[in-house]
Amino acid sequence: MSGLQQRIHDAVHGQTQATVTVLSSLLAVEDELGYISKEALEFVAEFSNSTVNDVWAVASFYPNFRFEPPTEHTVEVCWGASCHLVGAMGIFKSVLEASGMGSEGDRPDGRLTVKLNTCLGACSQAPVMAMDHHLAGRVTPESAAKNVTDLLETESHGV
Amino acid sequence: MASSFVEIGVEAARRWEELVAGDRPWIRIGTALCGEAAGAFEVATAVEAALEGQGVSAQVSRVGCLGLCFAEPLLDVQLPGGHRVFYGNVRPEDVAEIVSAHVSGGTPVAGKALGYLPGEESDAPLPDGIPDLNQHPMRVWENRIALRNAGNIDPMDIYQYIANGGYKALNKALGSLTSQETLEEVKASGLRGRGGAAFPTAVKWGFLAGNPAPEKYVLCNCEEGDPGAFNDKNILESDPNTLLEGVIIAGYATGASKGYIFIRHGHNGPIDRCRAAVNQARELGLIGENILGSGFNYDVEVALTGDSYVAGEETALMEAIEGKRSMPRYRPPFPAQVGLFGKPTNINNVKTLSYVPEIVSRGGAWFADIGHDTSTGTAILCLSGSLRYTGMVEVPLGINLKDVIYEAAGGVTGGRALKFLQTGGPLGGVLGADNIDLLLDFEVLRGAGAIMGSGGIIAADDTTCIVDLTRSLIAFCQYESCGKCFPCRMGMSHLLEVLERICCLEGTGEDLALMRNIGENMQAASLCGHGQLGFNPVSSALRYFGPEFDAHIIDHRCPTGVCELPRFSPAQSRR
Ligand SMILES: Cc1cc2nc3c(=O)[nH]c(=O)nc-3n(C[C@H](O)[C@H](O)[C@H](O)COP(=O)(O)O)c2cc1C
Ligand code: FES
Repeated sequence: MSGLQQRIHDAVHGQTQATVTVLSSLLAVEDELGYISKEALEFVAEFSNSTVNDVWAVASFYPNFRFEPPTEHTVEVCWGASCHLVGAMGIFKSVLEASGMGSEGDRPDGRLTVKLNTCLGACSQAPVMAMDHHLAGRVTPESAAKNVTDLLETESHGV
Repeated sequence: MASSFVEIGVEAARRWEELVAGDRPWIRIGTALCGEAAGAFEVATAVEAALEGQGVSAQVSRVGCLGLCFAEPLLDVQLPGGHRVFYGNVRPEDVAEIVSAHVSGGTPVAGKALGYLPGEESDAPLPDGIPDLNQHPMRVWENRIALRNAGNIDPMDIYQYIANGGYKALNKALGSLTSQETLEEVKASGLRGRGGAAFPTAVKWGFLAGNPAPEKYVLCNCEEGDPGAFNDKNILESDPNTLLEGVIIAGYATGASKGYIFIRHGHNGPIDRCRAAVNQARELGLIGENILGSGFNYDVEVALTGDSYVAGEETALMEAIEGKRSMPRYRPPFPAQVGLFGKPTNINNVKTLSYVPEIVSRGGAWFADIGHDTSTGTAILCLSGSLRYTGMVEVPLGINLKDVIYEAAGGVTGGRALKFLQTGGPLGGVLGADNIDLLLDFEVLRGAGAIMGSGGIIAADDTTCIVDLTRSLIAFCQYESCGKCFPCRMGMSHLLEVLERICCLEGTGEDLALMRNIGENMQAASLCGHGQLGFNPVSSALRYFGPEFDAHIIDHRCPTGVCELPRFSPAQSRR
């Protein structure tokens, strides 16, 4: 078994909750690898007595799943209504500029992924962004850009 | 297990006494999502470093949210047997002084304090020059039932919940009430669902209770995808045992065999705290086999979903727990007949179930006395947007929405005027600023074209554009449409196309009629509430702000200029 396959195996078999499903297995793999590889689709299909087609149907439905290995860092900007009304679009524009990107997605050098999030759950601190899943509220276009530059100066967060 | 509830209670009281009146000060730091976003983790680290650096001994707890999110990071210090003194908007560099002067030296830093809350049974003198936090505008309107412990106890410690009256209601129900009597108590309370539809809870429970199947489920819905609503996650982060106790009592009242609490993957604060509560409750024999010696068997599991707003719809939720795409099912059969894994099922919102322990403890009539008309009890409101005091309040139903905005939330920031409120999430609506003189009541709000929904209230000032906001809400609804039924899938895309055109100042004279036509079809023909209610943001915006739409369409002008700024929507959708 390759290292990757071993990790997939352990993540899927390591689930401790009583209800184990295709979705819960995919979430376990995502937590472990940061993405759903082709091997993972096959493994989960076999594990759950279903088909790659059915597993893919679930995986492709939920936008939290990635199908490419993760980049080093992830920046998310909330575009929910609370954040939108107090300047989320300006924050996102500033984050794109600081990242050297034109739209959501992975930077070609693999250092950064920029995403919009529907609600980061801290609406009372709008506008909100997250750096490697750590929340920052009441950001301004300037502080958001600085958050991105600071993040790019830190080591990779692994997964 | 093995210890009786009385023994557990004695141990809990002993531990609590140690915390509030032992030999060390107690420092509590708010670390819910709101606290995290304000920098509470950095403050917590600074507190630990200052204690160690100054050689001061204190107990430190990471609590949930007191509701005063605008003041996060919020830290409070309680000297043994004393009162709680709160410091708001604390920065890591403020911590050393608080620790040396107050925690170690015994004198609060009055200049930095937000307020105090009296310690229970404390006869210490009240702190000098520090206001009573209960007189803060955000707290004077409150009546905390579901939130009674939020911000006060460590959510990872079930004993703190028990020391504050927790699991008494479960013990009462199992020990002295039949399932039917427990249900009657909820019926007497008039409790209605807080997940959006405001359906009478006891009626729903009655459907499940009446089904004789041996295996039945209770689901608690903490999908909470509404942007602007964070009260469900916040309850899980602040006091997960209140919810868990409600889930267990709901199981007892309906004769269910298992409960599921369903949370969106990635929200680790709520997930970890909820899982800890479930594990600790199991260790104490509060869930599992033969709960508290009553013969009632019931387990609770935390299940996760991927990112999907529609996963909060009750039948889509069951699909997601089964591990599938979260697409709604056709009804009938209804969940109380054929639900999760084909078994009879009841679904409730987090807030709904969190009221249940106090209803059972204090009696349904007590709850029914609070509120207005058939809207009994309290509303747990999430206040966000351009408000002076953003956060979460639990206020009696029946108070005036205007008071919530201008008094409790302190009005609009930056000297601007209120333009509108967006309430009830993306399937809710908007209310023009001149139309918020309304009672907080499910029917009154619905009549005004907005809904209570899950309790999110977002305030927009006069620099915002209603057409832009409406486009953004529909962009959300389009992005989140699950794609199963075409009226919603195509309707949302079509609506978004029209709104994009209007925002680009390229709308045509027929566009409003076109949107109404699409909206009527969606409402009539969609499979679930997502499509059926998805036109609400547009219809309510048109109701209050027709002229602003006309300015865009007829004069090709955005009065606030917002539509000329760059805008972004997610690249990916399920379409
Ligand atoms: C698209 C859609 C999303 C929903 N999301 C949620 C949600 O996140 N949380 C929730 O409690 N109810 C949500 N609901 C309402 C549920 O279907 C259901 O009515 C509710 O959970 C029942 O609980 P209650 O009776 O306690 O209100 C949603 C409904 C729709 C149509
Ligand atoms: S709307 Fe941005 S955090 Fe909720």
